[in-house]
Amino acid sequence: MGHGPAVKLGKDNAAAYKTRLGVKMFAVYTIVYATFVILNTTNPKMMESIVLGQTAAVIWGFGLIALALIMAFIYNRLCTKAEQQMNS
Amino acid sequence: MIYTQSPLAIGLFCFFVLFVLGLSFYLAKRTSSAEGYYAAGGQIHWATNGIAFAGDYLSAASFLGICGMIATAGYDGWMYSIGYLAGWIVALFLVAEPMKRLGKYTFTDALDSKFNSKSIQLMAAISTLLVSVFYLIPQMVGAGVLVQPLLGLPHWVGVCIVGVVVTLIVATAGMASTTYVQFFKGALLLIMSTVVVISVLFRGLSTTPENNGQPYHDFKTLHADSSLTLVEEGYTMVAGLDSEFGEAGFVKLAKDGQESIWHLIKTETGYTLEEALYVTKLADGTKLFNGAPAEDGKFFPVGHIRELRVNGEEVTATGAVGPFAYLSALKDSTIVLWGKKYIKQGDNTLTIYYQKPTPGSRVLRPGLKFKVDNATGLQKFNFMSLMLALFCGTAALPHILIRYYTVPSQAAARKSTIVAIAAIGFFYILTLFLGMGAMTNGVINLTDNNMSAPLLALSFGVILFAVISSLAFATVLGTVSGLIVAASGAIAHDLMDNFMGMQMTDRGKVRAGKISAVVIGCIAIYLGIVFEGMNVSFLVGWAFAVAASANLPAILMLLFWSKTTARGVAASIFVGLVSSLGLILVSPDMWVRYGKLPADAPVQFNSPALISIPLSFLALVIISMMTQKDVIKGHANSEA
Repeated sequence: MGHGPAVKLGKDNAAAYKTRLGVKMFAVYTIVYATFVILNTTNPKMMESIVLGQTAAVIWGFGLIALALIMAFIYNRLCTKAEQQMNS
Repeated sequence: MIYTQSPLAIGLFCFFVLFVLGLSFYLAKRTSSAEGYYAAGGQIHWATNGIAFAGDYLSAASFLGICGMIATAGYDGWMYSIGYLAGWIVALFLVAEPMKRLGKYTFTDALDSKFNSKSIQLMAAISTLLVSVFYLIPQMVGAGVLVQPLLGLPHWVGVCIVGVVVTLIVATAGMASTTYVQFFKGALLLIMSTVVVISVLFRGLSTTPENNGQPYHDFKTLHADSSLTLVEEGYTMVAGLDSEFGEAGFVKLAKDGQESIWHLIKTETGYTLEEALYVTKLADGTKLFNGAPAEDGKFFPVGHIRELRVNGEEVTATGAVGPFAYLSALKDSTIVLWGKKYIKQGDNTLTIYYQKPTPGSRVLRPGLKFKVDNATGLQKFNFMSLMLALFCGTAALPHILIRYYTVPSQAAARKSTIVAIAAIGFFYILTLFLGMGAMTNGVINLTDNNMSAPLLALSFGVILFAVISSLAFATVLGTVSGLIVAASGAIAHDLMDNFMGMQMTDRGKVRAGKISAVVIGCIAIYLGIVFEGMNVSFLVGWAFAVAASANLPAILMLLFWSKTTARGVAASIFVGLVSSLGLILVSPDMWVRYGKLPADAPVQFNSPALISIPLSFLALVIISMMTQKDVIKGHANSEA
C-alpha cells in the first residue's frame, strides 16, 4: 500500500503562504462569479443593456474569462516569489 | 440530413488513429513500472501537461455540445463555457498543489493520505468509477454521432472504433500515451478552431449565407386573409385552422403533389404563413424528413439573419469584420432562431421546426434556454444549481485530478493549471464565434445540433471539414483515454491493491491496470451503443453535479478543516453520491425518459448540486464531530 507522491518532493516552506493566498484569491473570484449568476437570475434584462458597444452579458463573459487568467498569472507570480524566498 | 463522405476526411482520420497507436506502442517500452503506467513517471513538462489538461477537458461536450447549444440557444450555451472555465479557478487556487503533494496515482490516494482508511478507499473508488462512467457514455455516443458523416458507418461501428483504439492506447502505455495523445489533440483543436473563427470573421455576416458555394435555401412567405384564403395561387389547404395543425398554430398545404407545413402568424388584415421544416415519425419507427426519406435530401440546413444592421443602417452583408464588430452587428440585427412543436396525427408524430425571428441583443444575453425571465423560484433554483455544479465540478473530476501526478513538482502542477486556464479560456472564447457563426451561416442540422461546428467548417470547404471532423473524433479519443486511465486506477490501484490488500509486484500492478482498462473499454462500448441518440451534453452536466457533490466537499474539508476524520470523509462521499444520483433519478428530465410527464416528477428541478453539495458538507461535519476520537493530529494541508 503506498500513498504519497509518485516522485520525491522536496520540503516546501511556502506551502502555508500559498494556501492562504489561494483561499483569498478564490474568495475574490467566487464573489465576482456569484454576482454574475445572481444578476442573471434576478435581473436578466439588465444583461441586455449595452456596455462598450456589446451586451452586458457578453462583457461579463469576456470579463470573467479574462479575470481568471489575470488572477492566475498574479497567483503564480506571488507563489514563485514566495518559493524563491522561503525555499532558498 | 445526408452527409457525403470525403476521402480526405477518411484519410486524415486513419492517419490520426495510426499516429496515436504508433505513439502508444513506442511509449509502451517506457511504462513497465506502476509509476510509468499511472502517472507517466511523474516527469511530464508543465507546459505539455497544461495543453494535455486542455485536451482532456475539451471533450465532445465542450466542442460539439457547447457549439451546438450556442448555435441554437445563443448566450445560454456560452454560460456552460463560462461556468466550466470558472471551475478551473477552484482547481488552481485550492486543489492543484495539495493534490500533487498528497496523492500518488489516483485522487483516492490524496483523500486517504493521512488516514489509510478502508471506507475512504472503497467510497472514493466507487465515486471515481461512477463519475467516469457518467462521463464516458456521452463521449462514446459522440463518437457514434461523428462517425456517420465522417466515415459513412453506422453508430455502433463508431463506438467500437473508439472503444478499441482507446483501449489499445491505455493498455499499451497508460498515462504516458494518454498524455501525449491529449497534448496533440488539445494543441490541434486550439489551432484549427482559431482557423475556423478567423474564416468566419473574414466572411463576415450576410442575410444570404453561402454554404461551400451552395446558395442558401430561399424561405418563402405566403399571405392569407382572415378566413385563411391564400393570396398566392397554386396551393391547396390540406389541414387548416380546425385541425390539430391549426390548434398548434400551423397549417398543412400542398402544391404540385408536395405537402408542406407553414407557421401561422396573425396580422391586422389576416395571416402571414412562414415555411417550416418537419420530421414525421411513422408508427413503425420510420422517419420522413419534410415528407420524404432522408436520402432525398429535402431536409436542408438552416440558420440566417433576417435584418442585418451595422451602425444603425440595414445592409445585406458586412464583409470582413473584427471580433467585436462581429458581435456588435449581431446584437443590432434580427436573427432567425428555430422553435419546435410536436403534433400527434393518428399513429404518427410530427416534430415541426418553425422560424422565430429574435433580436440579436436578446440572443446575446441569457434566457432563451434557461428560464430566468419571469421565472418561478424553482426555475431560478435550477439555473443557480447548474452554475454551481459547473463551478465546483471541474476540481472534482477524477480524470482531471490524476493529471496532477504526471508532473514533477507542486510548482509544475500550478503552472500546468495556468496553461490549462489560458488554453481552455481561449477555446471557450472561440466557442462563442463558432456557435454564432453556425447560427447565422445556414449550417445547423435541426435534428442534431451537435454537428454545428463541423458543419460550419464544411461551409468553408471540405478540407476544413475533414480536419475539424477528424479532430472532433480525436477529441473523443483523448477524453475517453483519460477516463479509462482514471477508472482503471480506481479498480486496480484503489480497490485491488489498497482496499482488498492484494499482494502484487510492480509489474503485477501494471498488468492489473491494463486488464482493468480492457474491461472498462468493453463496458464503455456497450454503454455507447445502448445510449445511442442521447444528447452528448446531457450526462456531462450530471457528471459534474455528481463529482462536485461526492468529491469536492471531501477534498476541501480534508485540506482546510483539521477536525476532518476518515469516517467523515467516507460519509461525505456517500451522501454526495446518493443525494445527487437520487435527485437526478427523480428529476423531470429522467421522468421524460421513463415515458412519463415531467410535471409529475417528484422534484421539479434537474440540477441537484445546490442541495447535494451542502448535504455532503453537512454529512462530513456531523460525522467528523461525532468521531473526533479518531482524529489524526495535523490536517493534510499542513504537511509540506
